[in-house]
Amino acid sequence: MNLNFKHEWIETNIGLMAVLTMLAISVGGLVEIAPLFFIDKTIEKVEGVRPYTPLEQRGRDIYIREGCYTCHSQMIRPFRDEKLRYGHYSLAAESQYDHPFQWGSKRTGPDLARVGGKYSNEWHVQHLIAPRSMVPESVMPNYPWLLTTPLDISDVESRLKALRKVGVPYSLTQAEYDANVGKFGETVARQLHIPDARKNLVEQANFGNYDGDRSGISEMDALVAYLQVLGTMVDFSKYSDDAFVDYR
Amino acid sequence: MAVTTYSGAEQYNFDIVKKFAVMALVWAVFGMFAGVWIASELAWPFLNFDSAYFSFGRFRPVHTTSVIFGFGGSALFATSYYVVQRTCQTRLISDGMASFTFWGWMAIIVLANLSYVMGYSQGREYAEMEWPIDILIEIVWVTYLILFVGTIMRRKQPHIYVANWFYLAFILATALLHTFNNLAMPVDLFSMKSYSLFAGTQDAMTQWWYGHNAVGFFLTAAFLGMMYYFVPKQAGRPIYSYRLSIVHFWALGFMYMWVGGHHLHWTALPDWTSSLAAAFSILLLMPSWGGMINGIMTLSGAWDKLRTDPVMRFMIVALSFYGMSTFEGPMMSLKEVNALSHYTDWTVGHVHSGALGWVAMISFGSLYHMMPKLWDTKIYSQKLVEWHFWLATIGIVLYIVAMWISGITQGLMWRAFDEFGNLKFSFAESVAAMMPFYAMRAIGGMFFLTGAAMMAFNMFMTIRQGKREAAALEAKLAAKLAHA
Repeated sequence: MNLNFKHEWIETNIGLMAVLTMLAISVGGLVEIAPLFFIDKTIEKVEGVRPYTPLEQRGRDIYIREGCYTCHSQMIRPFRDEKLRYGHYSLAAESQYDHPFQWGSKRTGPDLARVGGKYSNEWHVQHLIAPRSMVPESVMPNYPWLLTTPLDISDVESRLKALRKVGVPYSLTQAEYDANVGKFGETVARQLHIPDARKNLVEQANFGNYDGDRSGISEMDALVAYLQVLGTMVDFSKYSDDAFVDYR
Repeated sequence: MAVTTYSGAEQYNFDIVKKFAVMALVWAVFGMFAGVWIASELAWPFLNFDSAYFSFGRFRPVHTTSVIFGFGGSALFATSYYVVQRTCQTRLISDGMASFTFWGWMAIIVLANLSYVMGYSQGREYAEMEWPIDILIEIVWVTYLILFVGTIMRRKQPHIYVANWFYLAFILATALLHTFNNLAMPVDLFSMKSYSLFAGTQDAMTQWWYGHNAVGFFLTAAFLGMMYYFVPKQAGRPIYSYRLSIVHFWALGFMYMWVGGHHLHWTALPDWTSSLAAAFSILLLMPSWGGMINGIMTLSGAWDKLRTDPVMRFMIVALSFYGMSTFEGPMMSLKEVNALSHYTDWTVGHVHSGALGWVAMISFGSLYHMMPKLWDTKIYSQKLVEWHFWLATIGIVLYIVAMWISGITQGLMWRAFDEFGNLKFSFAESVAAMMPFYAMRAIGGMFFLTGAAMMAFNMFMTIRQGKREAAALEAKLAAKLAHA
């Protein structure tokens, strides 16, 4: 087909130029992003991954507020050194309820994808207040205000409702609750029930006593609860080493 | 001549260009100061002062927002309004809309910075602004698009000058990226907090599609627009190859949008996506270098200007850094290299060789060309321009070299094994090894900041000088008229 195409047509017509530019810049995103929502193998089928409890979610909010992602990744790569240092490589399934994702891009500090359970609550509290008292080489800022600031739980239901709207299976109705019992078991389903969010949050904080201070619920309680659950949801002993290779 | 300037001021809306140009310098100094501050926090952590407001995590977006959107954005608004009016030989279609983009954009940067230190963040790099600010950006940006395209529609000659293609692509792409990367559900109507519409893998890919194209269009295509006007103007020669500009314009626009996935090599993003992104990253070298060659070769036959004209030197060094970092980028997008470089300071160094070397240097050059013209005078001190050039260049080199060494050291230390097959270093040991390079980087940044501050002073004096000359001329004219 020879229409004697001249680039001059585009150069003299702003409408045509704008339309063609839009076309040129739209293709990449359409081809690379849209399929990720439809291809079945994007997210591994794996047991144990659940939405965060109200307390953990509030901790995650604080993690984002303080910009922890500017220095810590939450994405372990499939390398031998990373396996030894951090544990099994991260699965897509493990961040399927993370709005937004917090994979990070920089490790000024270590990866945190599997930090849960590696240190005691007391260690975390002391480390967050004064990192260099635990790790002398650290360049992390001190976060003393986390322990002294009471956790704001006034809008925890609204937060979970917003997350429910973007697809996280927190339940509002009995039917949704029952579905969660089927999917995650009763213990987890109870934690995901929005009408009980505040009660659940207080119970978990009091029972876990993450900040070591029983007098109230601090932001430290929430943040440590979040850190302690990171990477602990999947039991990798249940899966063979190459169980996830197909998904990559 | 006074008469032509006067009609020039009426023919074009230069008032808006002046406002944005001045604010570009203000944000440059502020944003680079914030950068030096956070760089120093990493070398000397006591500088966090146990304060929530100034802790690294909250202050880092203040730096990135102020330099990218404050300094870079203002420089782009200023030059695009200048270029579109000059090349279309027509006035912006609406002074009111132009003014709205100025006050709107300034409000966005101020509100964003305040919101970060108060703890509001979407947790997405370079898109930390929460939803109310995102909506304001959307409104200002659509106004900008209408104003820009409307002005082009009123042009006096049939052809649209090549610089305007790049500005147009930048405006359209930024609108597209901003919209899709910021889809979020607010907690409620009166809460600043929102949750991203997407999760995990899809969210990561959307963010880096945005993130890399903030580089590709905001920090590259747009500044190529700047280059296509100001380099030929300053050199006094036409663009080297018109054909090359056509080819690399379409190739650059098409290919950039594919490469974001290279930020997610070896992650839980499926391999097909990141491999595709790597392939396009390597291809992208060609259109990138097309732009660089077109810019540098424009100077052919006038190379002596490199010796005599410090403003020209800013532009050519900018293009050289553009060439260097667009070579380094594709190399880092190779999976084998990325396995070492990712998560390390090497990435930070790469970004800054582009941001300081290319974006800031081409902006400085263009502003040095444009600002004396706007105030109808000469640069107050050529000597200070020379000083600025050398401080900036030395600063960049210190910065990049520090980050190369620290980045590669980190990467190697993390993957080092001892003779028993155990990890050789703890993570903390790798942190300790960074200290001298973090200090060196902060010092490099101080050099660059000092240069920028000198420029701000130089331009302040230039503006004052321009105003005085205009006032003197007017007084003379009035005296003459009184005698007549």
